[in-house]
Amino acid sequence: MSELLLSILRIGFLLALWWFVLTVVSVLRRDLQAPRDAKPLTPARSSKQPSQRPTLRSRKTSTKLVIVEGALTGTVLPLGTSPISIGRAPDSTVVLDDDFVSTRHAQLTPNGNHWIVEDLGSTNGTWIDRTRISAPTVLRPGTQLRIGRTSMELSS
Amino acid sequence: MSTNLIRYRVSTRRSAELTLLIGAWLIGVFAWILVDASTDAASLGGWTSLLSAGVLLLVTHGVVRWQAPYADPLLLPSVAALNMLGLAMIHRLDAAAAQRAASNGSPPPTPDVYLQLTWMLVGLIAFIVVLTFVGDHRRLQRFTFTAGFAGIVLLFLPLLPIIGTEVNGAQLWISLFGLTFQPGELAKVALTIFFAGFLVGRRHSLALVHKKILGIGIPRGKDVGPLFLVWIFALLVLILERDLGTSLLLFGLFTVMLYVATGRRSWVLIGALLLAVGGALAYRLFGHVQIRFDVWLRPFDDANGNGYQIVQSLYGLANGGIFGTGWGQGYPQLVPFAKTDFITSALGEELGLMGLIAILLLFAIIVERGARAAVATRDPFGNLFAIGLTTVIGLQTFIVIGGVTRLVPLTGLTTPFLSYGGSSLVANYIIIGILIRISNAARAPEITDDQLVLRQDVETK
Repeated sequence: MSELLLSILRIGFLLALWWFVLTVVSVLRRDLQAPRDAKPLTPARSSKQPSQRPTLRSRKTSTKLVIVEGALTGTVLPLGTSPISIGRAPDSTVVLDDDFVSTRHAQLTPNGNHWIVEDLGSTNGTWIDRTRISAPTVLRPGTQLRIGRTSMELSS
Repeated sequence: MSTNLIRYRVSTRRSAELTLLIGAWLIGVFAWILVDASTDAASLGGWTSLLSAGVLLLVTHGVVRWQAPYADPLLLPSVAALNMLGLAMIHRLDAAAAQRAASNGSPPPTPDVYLQLTWMLVGLIAFIVVLTFVGDHRRLQRFTFTAGFAGIVLLFLPLLPIIGTEVNGAQLWISLFGLTFQPGELAKVALTIFFAGFLVGRRHSLALVHKKILGIGIPRGKDVGPLFLVWIFALLVLILERDLGTSLLLFGLFTVMLYVATGRRSWVLIGALLLAVGGALAYRLFGHVQIRFDVWLRPFDDANGNGYQIVQSLYGLANGGIFGTGWGQGYPQLVPFAKTDFITSALGEELGLMGLIAILLLFAIIVERGARAAVATRDPFGNLFAIGLTTVIGLQTFIVIGGVTRLVPLTGLTTPFLSYGGSSLVANYIIIGILIRISNAARAPEITDDQLVLRQDVETK
């Protein structure tokens, strides 16, 4: 094969190699940006009585419990009308696998437009922001409920 | 209300993976054609091996689609590109070996590329087995102490009388039924499981300071005891086997995992100090360590003796320059062990600095994706395990390429995915299999039932 052709192919191979690497990098870049433009596929899917929901609570009511810190960060729990139990027990609504959480740690109960947090006699306590609660307390949107190493927030 | 989690549309990017995988294979084919065009390697055949490598990669992609649909799309193509480049370079060096044999009048040696392809097949099967049967990486945590024990046994195997084999002054191989295997490569996976499983339960108590010595907090003995025991044992075995590379790798892995588990910088400092002390001691005690250091600092003092290999490697890299000599146009066969430890210098000579940077970028991408899976996964064992596996690949690449380019003293290790050598290829494919498994768990959009996070019947209560 001629010298010229070999030189062209030599540079051609390097270009191909770099094209490959740069394509990988561009996929990597798109992948990093993905969460920003991800759209919900089915917001709050399949309710048995969809028409009933708006009447049960006013517009201001929080509809979601979002876990913002801890092993389950990012988990979103839609709120309905039934109480939510939090603890290590496998039958809790939110199961936290964490040594600092008691088996039955705390309970969230709806009351009109509010959600009431109650500590169920846990060892390490239930905290709202930096205060350990000693009696059932209203959890307001924007405050953080902290249990063990997990923090969660109400969100509408 | 039944399951009412909010679902997000997550792009799995499986088709991007497929496209890139085909691209990686085509790069290998391109390299192969150039090798055949400029040497007489075409007479060695090997087109069937190229095709079978392509089929193997496609099958693997299919298994990933089926078993880990949300897995990271870039790990497999990057690895495949490196593997294909490695195959092409081994093929090219086979041609050089055949030419040399012909000029000596001796019978042509068997091409190594076929054996390497067989190992690639074994590696990909191991990858598929890991992906299929380790459904959840957290299951591996149960085998913490089994893995620690297995790691030590694997490191010990080459010292056994009958199956242990000494090659080039290092007793690292075992030989069974005519096949040689380097069990230390698998030991690094086993020991990573052990370190991760051990540290995950104790990371909080390890962060507790028991007492301070010279301003450095020392954790309680019972927290670190077993860890140091396994580590010292591993290092002892490696000293007996004269394997500097693996000792360095395990030491670095250990330090990084302690740092990640506890988040305390003092571990890095302690690690660096121990490395300096250990290095100085080894320099005094062992002749072969002393030679490595001397050759690193002053290679040209003994360019035809101990420094021959590194000097030839540097000449090769210099000959390659920025754009390389082109496939089959250089003299990479002049470097001893060009197919194994010095494959980077062979690639550096024929592809030049530009080619070598592209290869290093591929390694960087693998490490970035591994670290990302480690950060994104939700369980603490997975975090530590993934960062450990990523460290193994990254550190091994650094140690061997750093050695070949004379950045650090040369310690024999294979270049992941590029070098000729079955054990290393299989072990590294297992590592990638686990990383893909962990990244699948990290990127899956919704919480699965087995995580027992939410009750299905929230409102029927």
